[in-house]
This record gives sequence, C-alpha cells and structure tokens, in this order.
Amino acid sequence: MPNPLLLDSITLLATTPSGEDPASTFIRLLTVFLLAMWVGFEVITKVPQRLHTPLTSGSNAISGVTVVGALVVAGSLTSGFGSLFGLLAVFLAMINVAGGFVVTHRMLEMFNPKKK
Amino acid sequence: MSSQAWINLAYLTASMLFIVAFKLMSGPRTAVRGNYLGAAGMAIAILAACFEQPVAASVAKNGIWPLALLAAFAAAGGGIGATMARRWPMTGMPQMVALLNGFGGAASMLVAAAELTSTHTIARFGEGTAQTAAQTSLGSWTQFGIAIGLACLIGSVTLTGSLVAFAKLQELPRFKKPWDDPNRQWFNLGLGIVVVLLLWAMFSNPQPLLFLLLVLVAAALGATLTLPIGGADMPVVICLLNSYSGLAAAAAGFVIDNSVLVIAGSLVGASGLILTAIMCKAMNRSLVGVLFGGLGTTATVDADEVYAGKIKAAETEELAMVLEQADRVVIVPGYGLAVAQAQHAVRELADVLEARGTTVEYAIHPVAGRMPGHMNVLLAEADIEYEKLREMDDINPTFPETDVAIVIGANDVVNPAARTDPNSPIAGMPILDVDKAQTVIVVKRSLSPGFAGIPNPLFAADNTLMYFADGKKALIDLTAAIARD
Repeated sequence: MPNPLLLDSITLLATTPSGEDPASTFIRLLTVFLLAMWVGFEVITKVPQRLHTPLTSGSNAISGVTVVGALVVAGSLTSGFGSLFGLLAVFLAMINVAGGFVVTHRMLEMFNPKKK
Repeated sequence: MSSQAWINLAYLTASMLFIVAFKLMSGPRTAVRGNYLGAAGMAIAILAACFEQPVAASVAKNGIWPLALLAAFAAAGGGIGATMARRWPMTGMPQMVALLNGFGGAASMLVAAAELTSTHTIARFGEGTAQTAAQTSLGSWTQFGIAIGLACLIGSVTLTGSLVAFAKLQELPRFKKPWDDPNRQWFNLGLGIVVVLLLWAMFSNPQPLLFLLLVLVAAALGATLTLPIGGADMPVVICLLNSYSGLAAAAAGFVIDNSVLVIAGSLVGASGLILTAIMCKAMNRSLVGVLFGGLGTTATVDADEVYAGKIKAAETEELAMVLEQADRVVIVPGYGLAVAQAQHAVRELADVLEARGTTVEYAIHPVAGRMPGHMNVLLAEADIEYEKLREMDDINPTFPETDVAIVIGANDVVNPAARTDPNSPIAGMPILDVDKAQTVIVVKRSLSPGFAGIPNPLFAADNTLMYFADGKKALIDLTAAIARD
C-alpha cells in the first residue's frame, strides 16, 4: 500500500494547491509561456551574429531545465517504471545541462583571448 | 511562508537568471558572466526541485537513498556531458549541439512518460482524494492530456531528428546521401496523419499504450523528416531542433505544472525560432522549402557561357605582389576553409600582412559554417580577434574601399548573380559584395559549382584572379612568398 503522505503529494501535483480547475491551470501556464516567448524574442534579437553559436549551445544548456521535472517525477518513486523513466530523464537532461554550459564557456573563452 | 512558496521563489529566481543570461549574450565579455548566471540559475532550480513535495515525501518514507540515487544519475550525466564538452573539436560543434538537443528532447518525453505512469498507478490503486484527482486528470481534454501528448510528440521528434542530424553532420557513411525516394512525402504525410490521430486520442484520454504508440510514430517521423535534408541546409535543422528541445521542455512544464520549465523552455523555443528565420533568410530559402523541398535547384545558366575565355588564373608570386601593395585586405572564409582545417593558416597570412602595416578584416556570411555563427568560433579558435570578425551588413559598404578581397572556400555567398540576375535560383539572397573590391582573389580547387549548383560570374569578372589550389596549401605558399620579400 502506498504511503498516505505520498498520495497527498501526488494530489498536490495532479491538481494545484489552491484547488484551481485544470482549464485555469492551463491558461495560467499559457500566459507564462507566451509572455516568456515575447521576452525571449526581445532579448535574443539583440545577440550579434558572431555569438550565435555560443547562444545556441547556451540555450541548449538551458533547455536541459527539464531536469527539474525529471527530479520531481523520479524522486517520488511511485512505480517501478515511472521512476525508471524519471531517472533516465535525469541522466539525459544532466548531459545536456553540463555539456551545454561547459562548451559555451569554452567558446566564449576563445572570444576573449586576454583571459587565457 | 510555506515550503512550496520558497520553492516557487527559487524557480522565479532561476527564471530571471536565465533571462539575464540571454540578455548578457549581446557581447563577448558580458556573455561569459551570462553563462555563469545561467548555470547558477540551473543550480538553484535543481536544488529547489530536491525539496519538492514528492521528493521530500519519498525521503521521509525511504530515508536518504532516493536522493542518493538521483544524485548518482545526475552526477553520471553531468560528468559525461562536461567531459564531452571539454574534448569535442570546434569544427564538430554542430554535431555536439545536435546530440545535446536530442538528449534534452528525450528527457522531456521521459518526464511525461514517468508522470503518466505514476498518475495511472494512483488512479487504479490509489484511495480517496488522490484517486479522484488522478482520475480527473486522466479524463477528457484536460491540460494534463494535451500537455502529455505534446511533450511526447515534440520530445520524440527532437530525439530521432537530432540523432539523424548528428549522423549526417558526422558524415557517417550510411547517412552521406540524403534520402531522396520520390514517395517520401506521401510516407511522411501518412505518418503525420497517424500522429494527429494519436495526439487527438491522447488529448481526450491519455493511456500508456497510446503514449507508447505516439513515441514510436513520432520517432519515425522525426527521422524521416530529417533524412531527406541535404548538408547545406543543416544550419536550419540545427536551429529548428534547438527550438523543439525548448518547446519539449515547456510542454513537460505544462504536464507537471512547473513555471520554470515553461519559462526556460519558451525562451529556448524563441531563440531557436529566431535563428531558424535568420538562417532561412541568409540562404534565400523558405522553411517549408528546406523541410519538404528536397535538394535545391538545378542550373539554369550554362557554366561555359559564363566562364569561357574570361577566367584569369594567377601564380603565387603574382598574388603575393598584389597583396604586398594592399592597404586593406578583407578575407572571406567559407565552410571549405574549415574542412581544410586552414583557420590557422589564414591567421598566419594575416600576421605577415599586418606586420607590413596592412589592415586585415574578415567578412563572415551568416551561413558560413554548419550552424549559426560557426565560422566565427572557428576563427576565434585560431586566436583571431573578435573585433576583426565583421558581419555582412557591417562590412558590405566597405568593399569599394577594399584593395584585395580573398575568398577561400566560399562560393554561393559571394555570387553577384544574387543581386543582378532576377532569374537566378539565388536571386535576392543576401551576399557579400566582394566584387566591388579593387581586386578579388578566389582560392578554389576548380571551377566546380557551389551548393546551389550554379556558375558564379564573380570568377569571370575583370577584377578577379583565380588561384587554383588547395585552400590550406595556397595560404601557406602565399604567406611564405610574402614573408620572403
């Protein structure tokens, strides 16, 4: 039998704490999504073409943020398969995160030779 | 303040740091700091995730080992990623980014899979409120179903699309030739219809079996969409996959109702879309044309007519003399330069010229290389200063005051037909106006056409001297000849 505390936590995850209905949750997240998209367009159009490769690898690292989701689903360990998927996701997302940030740093160092 | 509020505050901080990181990418010095801030944001978000209720509950029940297990998998992934990043050659940067995109997409798909599996377990075997909640989220057309369907679709397409892109860029033998079966569009259309149907079913009733089917079909579609795309169009594919990996993360954020995933994912999605648009414009192709248009166009102009009797070939000594008299030299490197590993040879030539008081600059076309900005990285690796790397719009007005323009390994991006011939397949494509320089030196093995498959009137122009040689050897010979005098 699963632990009651554990079940409560799943309830929290499946609905939202305030008892928001699913449609409202969707709209709330859609709001965040569209506003962040807008901010993204504004900020990224100002990046010079010379830095587009580090921009790509850096944004690549940030897309590894899915590791946060992976940690939450893997950490709950509710079912064998579920946690296996979660752990695999943690592993893959961390390759993405570490690889992205390190390689971006390596490239940016080359653009700033004085620091060598 | 509840612990969830603290966690949300940490996510907010991480999101702001990501935005600042992108903002600081506007210059090479600030970008270093931006990258650190981005990494700090990621660390904060990861730490906060370890305090989330499900993890905390699991730790309360099972002791420290769930955290230890998570840490072990995270450390293994992080170690592999960092090692890869340190050793990977700069010429292979597009492959590495493709591979990382694929991993990110796969991770987002797996997050959705894990969430679906655990919700199902609760719905079947759970009790009381938890079961009701789980059953609600598995009901008709909830945000849960929509988000899981999209995370699964985008994640899977990103995974296989990236793996195929990696194989193509790495020039693995089996992937060298683009897939040009004439029926491929019908095949893709069929897969596309199946994907839409599965997605529809997922929206109203997310089931593990449907999820598995969608993973398989979407994975097949990711591969068959990428297989027909030729090497020259790869920059567009890389940008698009980069965008997808962000959108997959955002979709995973919708699945587990997590704002930092949505924010970071949409930032990356926006970044990828902007770069895709820039690449398409620079190559004079529409996105639809790249994705479904096959292998580009065939020649409409006869090469012999353009070149006959007008080509002037020059020897090393003659070219060395031309260069010695120049006050301002602009070097136009193309991907052929990187293939020949000639970046260092270019810098040595620039060094001897600069020692004689000549100004040397580099004109970089947006599609020089295999991903956006790639050529700049390759030249920076050869210790060429950032300030000397000039963007197309910035350097084009200066060509009339340029004594010598040296074109190495570039072809279509310096073809004046784009400006002058409205019937040319590359008509309207933005090009570097090298033909306006006093003298143009074109280093090339032969008169073979570029990716667009069309002859280049620049080679036959009065002010052009052709230097038929291997790029690297040509540069070394020229450098030696100038250094001798």
